Amino acid sequence: MRTLRLIGLGWLFQFKQMSRSSFDSFLAILWPIFFGTVAFFMFQQGGDPDALIYAGLGAAVMGIWTATSMAAGTSLQRERWLGTLELLVAAPQHFSLIILPVGLATSTIGVYCMVATILWGRLVFGIELTIEQPLLFALAIPATLLSVGALGFLIAVAFARYRHAWALGSMSEYPVWLICGFLVPLTLLPDWVRPISWLLAPTWGMNAIRDAATGAAPLADIAMCLLLGAAYVVIGVLVTDRVLHAARARASLSLT
Amino acid sequence: MAVVEALDLHRTYRTSTGTLRRKWKNVEAVRGVSFEIQEGELFGLLGPNGAGKTTTIKMLITLLIPTKGTARVLGHDVVRDAREVRKNIGYVFGGERGVYERLSGYDNLRYFAELYGVPPKEIRPRIESLLQLVGLKGREQERTEGYSRGMKQRLHIARGLLHDPPVVFLDEPTIGLDPVGARELRATIASLADAGKTILLTTHYMFEADALCDRIAVINRGEIVAEGTPADLKRGVAEGTVVEVEVFGIPEQTVERVRELSGVVAVSVEEREQAQALIVQTQADVELTQSILGQLDGANVGRISRREPTLEDAYVSLVSAEE
Repeated sequence: MRTLRLIGLGWLFQFKQMSRSSFDSFLAILWPIFFGTVAFFMFQQGGDPDALIYAGLGAAVMGIWTATSMAAGTSLQRERWLGTLELLVAAPQHFSLIILPVGLATSTIGVYCMVATILWGRLVFGIELTIEQPLLFALAIPATLLSVGALGFLIAVAFARYRHAWALGSMSEYPVWLICGFLVPLTLLPDWVRPISWLLAPTWGMNAIRDAATGAAPLADIAMCLLLGAAYVVIGVLVTDRVLHAARARASLSLT
Repeated sequence: MAVVEALDLHRTYRTSTGTLRRKWKNVEAVRGVSFEIQEGELFGLLGPNGAGKTTTIKMLITLLIPTKGTARVLGHDVVRDAREVRKNIGYVFGGERGVYERLSGYDNLRYFAELYGVPPKEIRPRIESLLQLVGLKGREQERTEGYSRGMKQRLHIARGLLHDPPVVFLDEPTIGLDPVGARELRATIASLADAGKTILLTTHYMFEADALCDRIAVINRGEIVAEGTPADLKRGVAEGTVVEVEVFGIPEQTVERVRELSGVVAVSVEEREQAQALIVQTQADVELTQSILGQLDGANVGRISRREPTLEDAYVSLVSAEE
């Protein structure tokens, strides 16, 4: 109970802090408009209305991922700049319980990106998004958010040790768009890429959202998405102590 | 049993220079520091910038792992039982960093109360009483980005005391504060000591250490060079005399010449608005005023005075002896 309370309040606090950044807010407004516009123009050329819905949903999840990968990367760097990272490490709670809400807060910001992309598609490009299975769609979205947030947490743990690791977060943004099938089906990618895609929760989250929207069966994808999310959390918790020990040994916590 | 024990603590940093051809170098920041702090004691760690004060404190609060040696807080090893140590300590550092600027002072305290495991029912009354203690009542709902340096510092103190820790580490808490703010903060620190907290205070303000600390260790270049009560340390230089000469623009070579005079224990220069004060500690049985003035040929000399040594002179003497 205490753990859940800590995660819940940590999420609220981090979300409040992130949403008060004018720079981050500006990006959060810009991303969905930019992603949506590019995707809709690309797929409009094909003249297939189904492809536009495919692109619309893909662009929406792109927003979630971009918000998470960028913010998870920079959030701990920001803690360093603020001088609060050492205070978080010096707190008696397990560091993973302090950082997990950071990942969840970043993916929550992605919800706005998702809604804004869908609205942009509807208002500017006239794409009517009909959801065949609203309940499963409603289940697929939080499953995707949670698992993407867990992936953000895993990325963030690394930042406690490596102060330049924020660049990795930014670097992972575009490859994941492709590898997880946000804009193009995985079947078009080389075979060797697929095992990497399967290890990434956004792949399953994306499938689940599309399947729920088009009336296919999304439950297996939702389960896989949640399973991978849980695995990220377990790995993150297990490596946290080792990462922190290395950071304390190398004195990298206070470096900016 | 001592509340805080440092036994032969060492800490080496590895730094590099250059970009393509990196040259690595080991810097020994702390070299065999040992001391003990008893329950309820206010212990001062004094030293110049770069002496190893913050590195020592960071090893004690589990943020750095010692390269060699051990340390215990309330019997818990700072490396092996880091979590137990963290439950029992509060950490406050000086300066403006360490607060979430986009959030209110109350939100900052609320978040850290959760991280420090304060029972939910106690959080609100604890924050209220700490806001009263540090004089931030009425300003707690404002974003901290609008706080003055002193207000941020007082917020730090409140944060460090949220979980009512028995041991408090204060790392240069009054640095950069205006005189009134610093005096108020010193009063708060004194009240913590009166409340029975065990406190380790690092500072390079002598009068602060003199006024607050039960015992002091002087650290220089990573080593403890003296330890005792403020009176003990002053006694170490009580035999001597201090000559203060006001000068207007004194070159470093002149200071070196004064330092080399026979009977001189230590020399320091203090900036005082347009002038400098050349402070020369001499042995008790020598009269060096004329010799000192003789070395200042060409310099514009103002007021000259002789006085008894203070704790600051003891400190300068200790630190200079190591150079």
